[in-house]
Amino acid sequence: MKTTEESYHLSNLKTLEAESIGIIREVAAEFENPVMLYSVGKDSSVMTHLAIKAFYPKKVPFPLLHIDTGYKFPEMYEFRDEYTKKNGLDLRVLRNEEALKRGVNPLSVGTVKCCADLKTKALLDSLKEGGYDAAFGGARRDEEKSRAKERIYSFRDKHGQWNPKNQKPELWNLFNSKIDQGESIRVFPLSNWTELDIWTYIYHENIDIVPLYFAKERPVIEKNGQLIPVYTDEYEDEVKDVMCRFRTLGCHYCTGAVRSEADTLEKIIEEMMVARHSERITRVIDHDQDSSMEQKKREGYF
Amino acid sequence: MSSESLIEQSQNIDLLRFATAGSVDDGKSTLIGRLLYDSKSIFEDQLNTIKTFSRTHRNQEIDYSLVTDGLKSEREQGITIDVAYRFFSTPKRRFIIADTPGHEQYTRNMATGASNASLALILIDARNGVVTQTKRHSFISSLLGIRNFVIAVNKMDLVDYSQEVFENIVNEFNAFADKLADESVYYIPISALEGDNVIERSENMPWYKGSTLLDYLENVNVSGGRNMNDLRFPVQYVNWGGGDDFRGYCGTIASGVVHKGDKIRVLPSGKTSKVSRIVTYDGDLDYAFAPMAVTLCLEDDIDISRGDMIAKADDIPAIAGSFEANIVWMDNTPMEIGKDYLIKHTTSVVKGNFEEVIHEFDPDDISMKSSQSLGLNSIGKAKVELKSPVFADLYSENRATGSFIVIDPHTNQTAAAGMVTKYKQVSPDKGCKSVKVRVISYPADKKEEAMAKYDRLSMHGTHCIYVDDDLLKETLRKGKSVDSDEYSEMIENLCKIVTRSGVSVVVCSDNFKS
Ligand SMILES: Nc1nc2c(ncn2[C@@H]2O[C@H](COP(=O)(O)OP(=O)(O)O)[C@@H](O)[C@H]2O)c(=O)[nH]1
Ligand SMILES: [Mg+2]
Repeated sequence: MKTTEESYHLSNLKTLEAESIGIIREVAAEFENPVMLYSVGKDSSVMTHLAIKAFYPKKVPFPLLHIDTGYKFPEMYEFRDEYTKKNGLDLRVLRNEEALKRGVNPLSVGTVKCCADLKTKALLDSLKEGGYDAAFGGARRDEEKSRAKERIYSFRDKHGQWNPKNQKPELWNLFNSKIDQGESIRVFPLSNWTELDIWTYIYHENIDIVPLYFAKERPVIEKNGQLIPVYTDEYEDEVKDVMCRFRTLGCHYCTGAVRSEADTLEKIIEEMMVARHSERITRVIDHDQDSSMEQKKREGYF
Repeated sequence: MSSESLIEQSQNIDLLRFATAGSVDDGKSTLIGRLLYDSKSIFEDQLNTIKTFSRTHRNQEIDYSLVTDGLKSEREQGITIDVAYRFFSTPKRRFIIADTPGHEQYTRNMATGASNASLALILIDARNGVVTQTKRHSFISSLLGIRNFVIAVNKMDLVDYSQEVFENIVNEFNAFADKLADESVYYIPISALEGDNVIERSENMPWYKGSTLLDYLENVNVSGGRNMNDLRFPVQYVNWGGGDDFRGYCGTIASGVVHKGDKIRVLPSGKTSKVSRIVTYDGDLDYAFAPMAVTLCLEDDIDISRGDMIAKADDIPAIAGSFEANIVWMDNTPMEIGKDYLIKHTTSVVKGNFEEVIHEFDPDDISMKSSQSLGLNSIGKAKVELKSPVFADLYSENRATGSFIVIDPHTNQTAAAGMVTKYKQVSPDKGCKSVKVRVISYPADKKEEAMAKYDRLSMHGTHCIYVDDDLLKETLRKGKSVDSDEYSEMIENLCKIVTRSGVSVVVCSDNFKS
């Protein structure tokens, strides 16, 4: 909207947007070899959208990296390839092929081991291989209690590990990018966004997201109170069709759906405004133990 | 209401960022947990995890501090180690809360949380009153430019909700606050544990007639922070290449407003140009303001790189070669005088060293004592000598261009935070060749304006002198006329001599011709 009077008020979303763009540009300017982790989910859609905005009219000057477990939803692979191509993004995909050959999956080795091999190890190996000194992640502080503790520039030692008890101070928007050979920084440009901000922004900016976020009748099994989608014939449980959608997207084995009628962005946002559970409740992997996210983060997970 | 207008509404309420502060165990985390719980801002699954942990490890129904103490070691030790960020909103306002640790050992994490806050929520244990950490945190908050303080006198349940206890603490803190900058201080007696005066008005303290905490936070008018007068655009990233001839300067507007067509000056070159475009992904803008992130294009092709500063042609920051600054030292290794550190200021990183500590503050009474160096968690004023100049303003006038961090080049630690209180311009030809030494003339009847101009220039570090007819009559022209050609020539020559030495002149006389 245009007014003749100048107004110096910036809406909440525009303020968040400016902060994130500032962070993304700062990293591009200060690091030699940054990379943006791309997980195909809604936060990744928003983060890449912000990167595109940051460098408009030029191309995003760093590659995207998708750590693929091989067990993502087919809809995600399809979306990933289309979205990155459409936006001229340089996508690199990496998997822990060795573990996949061994037949690692959550049913065979359990979720903890599966994540350690297919996510954390794959991530650390590919960051090392690529020689990346900074890696953007789309994590938000409102997601989970240990993430609420994270800096925007989060320092990782030579082994990719996080030491939450000894983080560097981070004042104003002055970020310390000094690291030694082999060390790296994880950067979280969406730190101050809430889940509701993400959805409202997607709505305002018309950002493409994987259709799995919208409610539809889907075949699921019910396990420990979770609606697990059926993309494999390994389950023995009874399959039923349920109107549902996904609040977060991970591997089909470990991502639960929620019952929902929200098949438009407006309805999703309305649902968000009254949500009584966090989005991470649909992640089977987070419930393994009380500090499972922190533990994984210490070991190098995002 | 339609969902569309609901969405709009949720975006248009304003944001308040506040940080908790105060000594360990005064109840900061409990209070934030309580605030989130009572305002129904905790998701049920998170609440269940907290309740389970409380029952098994704390022998109580719910320990509210677990809401923000999210690290394993924090839960094991029952303390806050690092700042936690929590988000919540009411129909009136959105909040970002930084719940900070109280231990002296973790002061740097408290400063981290407070640096982006515009209000400090300071907790005091009613049984202990004002203690050193209360003062240290208040002082740091004040140095960081926070002007709104809420003093929550907590654990009133343990002092029989006594008005006398509350009032004694109010007096005690007031006496201390007098030594800080001009703050607005609001006092609330609460019990974080029982919820008195957090969201619900306390029945146990009918003598208290003020606002409850949430009510106050929702309605307080926070002042300060944003400078909308002086355009400062630190160049962050130069966007060019890729085969076309687009060349734009990306950055976040640190302060002020920029319009398409504005005449700007680039530092350190001092070259001027005009803003030809303000580029964003959503289309070109006619104007943009702090804190927007935009890309500026200029009419002229001048050499600009990251770390340069774009400002209005006639309103530039100081080209500072050294400054005095308030320093919060945050590294285990104490400050070493003379050692080369890295100074990160806006988008530039330069080498610099500490010449001396002017004084160290005693947080107990803000008294100054002499000191050779600053150690972990100490606060003082020091002289910083820079190897290359930075483009700075005073922190009190401009947070973004008045702040810097100090990095130890050997350990890469963020060793200190600094706030500029005074600077020295480098000689014009060293720092900025084309910021011309000027003669600024005013008619004789505009003496007040001329003197104000002189004050402003010198305050901003420009070397200059002031002359007017009266002054000359008293000195160089003693007993002679002041309206002859000879007199005009004399002023002109005076200006020539002075400007040749790199000093500007403010002249207030009707007899000055050029
Ligand atoms: N009786 C009483 N105890 C409180 C109150 N607020 C906090 N506490 C207790 O004080 C201790 C320290 O609280 P915590 O929130 O961790 O303090 P912090 O270090 O300032 O974050 C805990 O045992 C709390 O249960 C209060 O209003 N009344
Ligand atoms: Mg605490």
